[in-house]
Amino acid sequence: MALIRDLALQGAQMVLVLVLAPLLLGFTRKVKARLLRRRGPPVLQPYRDLLRLIRKEAVIADNASWLFRSGPYLIFAATWVAAALVPTFATGLTFSWAADLIAITALIGSARFFLALVGMDIGTSFGGIGASREMMFASLAEPAMIMIVFTVALVAGSTQLSNVATYMLDYASLRVSLGLALVALIIVAMAENARIPVDNPATHLELTMVHEAMVLEYSGRHLAMIELAAAVKLLLYVSLIACIFFPWGLAHADAGPAALGLGAATYAAKLLVGGFLLVLFETSIAKMRVFRVPDFLGVALMLGLLGTLLLFVSRSF
Amino acid sequence: MPVAVALWGVAALFGAAVLAVAMQPTRVSGRLIYLVSLAVSLVTMAVSGMQLLDGAGTASALQLPVGLPWIGARFRMDALSAFFLLLANLGAAGASLFAIGYGAHEQTPGRVLPFYPAFLGAMNLVVLADDAFSFLVAWEFMSLSSWALVMAHHRDPDNRSAGFIYIVMASFGTLTLLLAFGLLAGAAGGYAFADIRAAGQALPGLVVILVLIGAGSKAGLVPLHVWLPLAHPAAPSHVSALMSGVMTKVAVYGFVRIVFDLVGPPSWWWSILVIALAGITCVLGVLSALMQHDLKRLLAYHTVENIGIIFIGLGLALAFSAHGMQAPAALALTAALFHAFNHCVFKSLLFFGAGAVLVATGKRDMEHLGGLIHRMPVTAFAFLTGCIAISALPPLNGFVSEWLTFQAILLSPALPSWGLKIIVPAVGAMLALSAALAAACFVKAFGVTFLGRPRTPVAAQAQEVDRASLAAMLAFALICLLAGILPGLCIDALAPVTQSLLGAHMPVQAALPWLSIVPIAESRSSYNGLLVFVFIALATLLAVEVIHRFASRAVRRGPAWDCGYPDADPATQYTADSFAQPIRRVFGETVFKASERVDMPAPGDRRPARLTVIVRDLVWEAFYAPVSAFVSLAAERLNRLQFLTIRQYLTLVFAALVTLLLVVSLWP
Repeated sequence: MALIRDLALQGAQMVLVLVLAPLLLGFTRKVKARLLRRRGPPVLQPYRDLLRLIRKEAVIADNASWLFRSGPYLIFAATWVAAALVPTFATGLTFSWAADLIAITALIGSARFFLALVGMDIGTSFGGIGASREMMFASLAEPAMIMIVFTVALVAGSTQLSNVATYMLDYASLRVSLGLALVALIIVAMAENARIPVDNPATHLELTMVHEAMVLEYSGRHLAMIELAAAVKLLLYVSLIACIFFPWGLAHADAGPAALGLGAATYAAKLLVGGFLLVLFETSIAKMRVFRVPDFLGVALMLGLLGTLLLFVSRSF
Repeated sequence: MPVAVALWGVAALFGAAVLAVAMQPTRVSGRLIYLVSLAVSLVTMAVSGMQLLDGAGTASALQLPVGLPWIGARFRMDALSAFFLLLANLGAAGASLFAIGYGAHEQTPGRVLPFYPAFLGAMNLVVLADDAFSFLVAWEFMSLSSWALVMAHHRDPDNRSAGFIYIVMASFGTLTLLLAFGLLAGAAGGYAFADIRAAGQALPGLVVILVLIGAGSKAGLVPLHVWLPLAHPAAPSHVSALMSGVMTKVAVYGFVRIVFDLVGPPSWWWSILVIALAGITCVLGVLSALMQHDLKRLLAYHTVENIGIIFIGLGLALAFSAHGMQAPAALALTAALFHAFNHCVFKSLLFFGAGAVLVATGKRDMEHLGGLIHRMPVTAFAFLTGCIAISALPPLNGFVSEWLTFQAILLSPALPSWGLKIIVPAVGAMLALSAALAAACFVKAFGVTFLGRPRTPVAAQAQEVDRASLAAMLAFALICLLAGILPGLCIDALAPVTQSLLGAHMPVQAALPWLSIVPIAESRSSYNGLLVFVFIALATLLAVEVIHRFASRAVRRGPAWDCGYPDADPATQYTADSFAQPIRRVFGETVFKASERVDMPAPGDRRPARLTVIVRDLVWEAFYAPVSAFVSLAAERLNRLQFLTIRQYLTLVFAALVTLLLVVSLWP
């Protein structure tokens, strides 16, 4: 019985991230439009877009390979698994020990690896430029992320997210290193999700675009998978920031329904606040030139390294 | 007796080498030689595997009445030897299987066949040797036979210069090892490893530095790596796989054997040296790889990077062990050895893939390839598996060993020395950076070679390679997956090795539920490759099933969209150089002093525009160019000695004699 309950909770988390991801995207778009004094699409528009894409036929270039057709599913699966391993409303779920934060980072890396590859599959210059720039960003964002993981792990004494969240709940205190890690993680999240100072999720036909250039050749159900994966990834990063730095309200898996319900409610609130702050930041800043982005990400890397270094020098930072 | 079986195997390989000299180099004789090599490698692999798993820490030793008269030639297979023998013969078996097909395309089989089994035998002997003399003879024999294989295609001047640089570096490395063993043996001259272990060391630090130079130059540590990216690609592809996948590991074995086993208790400053060099090696290796467009040279530079990762683990193990923290030391050493195994598998696989591409198209330059996934689907699949593994992405094996290294780094704040406290986080950042750059590099390698549209007619006409080559590639791809999803078994197999070297081993992993791995404690970190793999597979299948059941299945093929401006010319695709351009701009200006020169003709002028990229090798310019310039200058000056008259020569001889006599008489 306990096993069934545990599995059900784990399944609930997997479904939850999948269902909420387009909603978060729709919410950010709506808020952004309102901040720009537009009316904006309905909050549920991303679901409609996904349904529309799924119903359409897929138009594929003549020289697309098997990798092009299977890539979207692999990208989606890797992102989904990574997102399902981040505690959202409860810690200590059945499979939470299957992968720690380093493995989650690497899973996102796997998704990106395939995304960059399928971008190069057709052999168009747009796909190449997107893949090449995405990997350049990743070559700085990923080590920055690992340094953030180091900082958090050295504070909490664990790389397991569930344990990190529990530690932060029980012994939370203001630390310099955690502050550095938070700023670095926000920068990484902006870059990883192709948000504004780094990339613009709303453009087409612009040489600065990165993510959109890679997926330019996709249509129909394949595009739907990639769009859904992108939405899940955004949700993942918001959940990650919430779980590490703002773990209040997180229930333990063994807790009663009331605590779990509270966990779910606070999680929803955190998503709303996170999405709002993201858009607020986005609308108040201009997009960078591509070769300014490495400086931006370099800041994240240096902050992460500084946090780790401080903790190596003394555990009290 | 395992060691006797292994030695008979070596004898069989040397016999095969002699046979290859005697036989006409035909396709049949080539197959025979490779089949013999395959069989011997499999037998030795099985024997060493059994010794590793069932040996329970015992060693099997043998003394032969050859070699130096007062010590003979001693051979011994303990846990460490057994592990490296397993690794070497796994690589050798794969290379031999691949060569059964690949060897048929060799233009000069007479220059490859005799040296190939000799090279395998020599590597086995290095790992088996139990005295300094046998070790050095086998080491030198390994260098020379691999040099002969590098020179197999000696008509290409690039290969000749690669061979020359290789032989110079190899001799230099052997020289430093010779000095190291001289110091180890001491005044008493006990050259057997048992005597060296028993005797105390007067200058252990100097020995470690000499070994770091000697073994490091063979493994490819920066700044001693310069020969490696030249020599490894010059050899035939199955030999490249052996040199990158196995010979560098034999060098790692030499380092581990001497530093962890023979020298005695470590000092903490050795580890600073090793860790710092290893960190630089990682980043410089992968950045250099990103600048390449020759597929095999790119892979060779990645060997440099992975050697850096292995040496980071070894350095951490030394650091922990010097401070008496044996359990973290065992974790770091396990990570290093596991990465050595993983690198052997995926690097061999990738070199096989590069060899298959070479057979199918005759090209190593990625700028002439493209679109091979359509013509060579199986090779593409296997190569892709290798790319994922080497990029340290879950659920394959490369990720697990890097994850273990990260876990070891996370334990290092407990180290008391300040130097280590500063350098370890920096090296952790370098390791993370090199992992991310490796992913970028292999997107480039796979994307430019196998994806996109063919850039030349030969790439468009490529044919899939033969079954033996495909079998070798698929087998190694399978090992990449198995070692990735069952890492606990590999870690347990390494327990006797760390137990014998450090007196500690990682917690037993096999008993853990769901085959997950827990390096220290469950509350600290755990990873389950099997579950991650199953989750990804299930999620993919679920997505495919749901989409195909409830959504449109229709597919329409059409021309590429490319924002409405598709260009039919394959030259408009991204090339290897253009892919690396952003990264070159970010890192290259400092690391390679990279610069670009654009020559844009004025409007109306019809000459083509030109972009020249200059990437400088600062290591060569700083360390090797001055030496080479000095040698040339000295040779030029001393050249005069060849044109003296007989009287002048006699005067010289007389002067030399008088000087020496004076020295002898004045010597206290």
